[in-house]
Amino acid sequence: MKLFGYKPPLTAWVGLAIIAIFVLVAIFADVIAPYGEAESVGQTWDDPSFANWLGTDNIGRDLLSRLIFGARMTIGVALVTTILSFFIGITTGFMAAVGGPVIDQILSRLVDVMLSIPLLIFALIILSVFGSSISTLVLTLAILDSTRVFRLARAVATNLAVMEYVEAARLRGEGLWWIMRREILPNALPPMISEFGLRFCFNFLFVASLSFLGLGIQPPFADWGGMVRDNGKAISFGLSAPLWPAIAIATMTVGVNLVVDWILSINSRPSGASAEM
Amino acid sequence: MLKTIVIRVALGFLTLWAVSILIFGATEILPGDVASAVLGQGATPETLAVFRHELGLDRPSYVRYLEWFFNALHGDLGVAMTNKRVIVETIAPRLSNTLFLAGYAALIAVPTSVVLGIVAAINEGKFVDRFVNIISLMTISVPEFFIAYVLILYLAVQFEVFPSLSTVFPEMDFSEKIYMAALPAFTLTMLVMAHMLRMTRTSVLSIMSQPYIEMAFLKGLTRSQVIVRHALPNAAAPIISVIALNLAYLIVGVVVIEVVFVYPGIGQFMVDGVAKRDLPVVQACGLIFAGAFVGLNTVADVLAIMVNPRLRHPR
Repeated sequence: MKLFGYKPPLTAWVGLAIIAIFVLVAIFADVIAPYGEAESVGQTWDDPSFANWLGTDNIGRDLLSRLIFGARMTIGVALVTTILSFFIGITTGFMAAVGGPVIDQILSRLVDVMLSIPLLIFALIILSVFGSSISTLVLTLAILDSTRVFRLARAVATNLAVMEYVEAARLRGEGLWWIMRREILPNALPPMISEFGLRFCFNFLFVASLSFLGLGIQPPFADWGGMVRDNGKAISFGLSAPLWPAIAIATMTVGVNLVVDWILSINSRPSGASAEM
Repeated sequence: MLKTIVIRVALGFLTLWAVSILIFGATEILPGDVASAVLGQGATPETLAVFRHELGLDRPSYVRYLEWFFNALHGDLGVAMTNKRVIVETIAPRLSNTLFLAGYAALIAVPTSVVLGIVAAINEGKFVDRFVNIISLMTISVPEFFIAYVLILYLAVQFEVFPSLSTVFPEMDFSEKIYMAALPAFTLTMLVMAHMLRMTRTSVLSIMSQPYIEMAFLKGLTRSQVIVRHALPNAAAPIISVIALNLAYLIVGVVVIEVVFVYPGIGQFMVDGVAKRDLPVVQACGLIFAGAFVGLNTVADVLAIMVNPRLRHPR
């Protein structure tokens, strides 16, 4: 079976299946989940039973239902963050490549400084000022993450900006925005697609880590990182409650990585632009 | 070569200075100010004014930045907002705890990953190589707390080899500290090992296609002899810089791990500070983390210059 004219290997199919299942679960959470997101149905950390397939959490909510609703929140926030981050990163990156040396120097040096602070530390500083509502969380992470996208977008666009067709568009008198949108963007897309997968993984793990620290998505919303935090103490009684959301996070990341590996094998990335931690 | 190194170190300091502006500036860019953001909508104008005065917000920001920056240079990081304690006094023991944990993890991770990377390169494509590859891919893909909880479940709860909470005190002797901090150190090791291992493997393998390696094979040397004698010295530069970069990453990974194991380090202090929205504490911790990060990156570059003869002469 072919996909977009290419034949994915088995690993890529596994990855695609994982992503598809998780996304469907996230979209139809209301229909699938046996109980409500914040509905209390039992005692603290009940064992798995027919009524509660994975048992209950630290305040007696059904763990499976929380996991299903958590998919919506965790994947949703990471996805919106990544899309926003790409929008900012690509726009500024292309601007640096096409807009002349002054803009390039200003943007590049700013990004250099931002990259020399660890992302988690930077995010913590900003969240301590703004507090963690979902919108500030998404905006903060998107801006910080866009520095990584900027690097790649600039590298790709610099190679494209010297092409004849871009020169022709310039001489035709087209504006900066038009050149970025109509000449650079379509040609820069292939390497950006695999980068999107990698950045999504990174943001996904990052949101989970922040929520785990209690600084990401706030209760009563279910999210996988926060669920690990809530149920963390159960591990000392030998209960597996915090492992389920952690396994969900790991499965999703592995799934996306498998697909990204396949896309990478189709189009090799341009030199000098590699994924950063 | 000396000139290149001096320039690189100077650049490191310049970065650090720019970073300090950014850390300070991050708290200034919001609409309104810190006082109204922290106190929320319920604050009366009087409490806001008092709070602003307490934080020194009634003075221009550049004055406050210069004051903060020069105090930090003198080792004075200010006073915590919530409990009015001098930050340096709280941070100093925690910093040494964190450095202990990071050093502990690095001492296990660096030799193990370099050796495993070389073993994988020697047995390229064989079972050992694939096994090591799969394990390292898995540790990259999972969140850090997942590794931590799996280790706790097996090593602390089921087999009770190590304690699940790593509360260390200054009074503890060294061996006891080593025992208490074992699980967080193992977790950190697994976090950073994968990158170092894979990089060692690829650096060694990329050199294996060079003509002088072929020459060594033609001389009749075995594969392991060729790798240890000819490939490894030439692969040293990328390996060293990856090690330094991963130690920088270790500094960040420490934050989450310290929270999992309730380890009294600077990462936990920072997370607490963020939860309480204690700005001076967050700024101080941020500055220390960023300083360590920039420092290790600079060391990585300097080592790369010293090891690689081609980088010794700037063009």
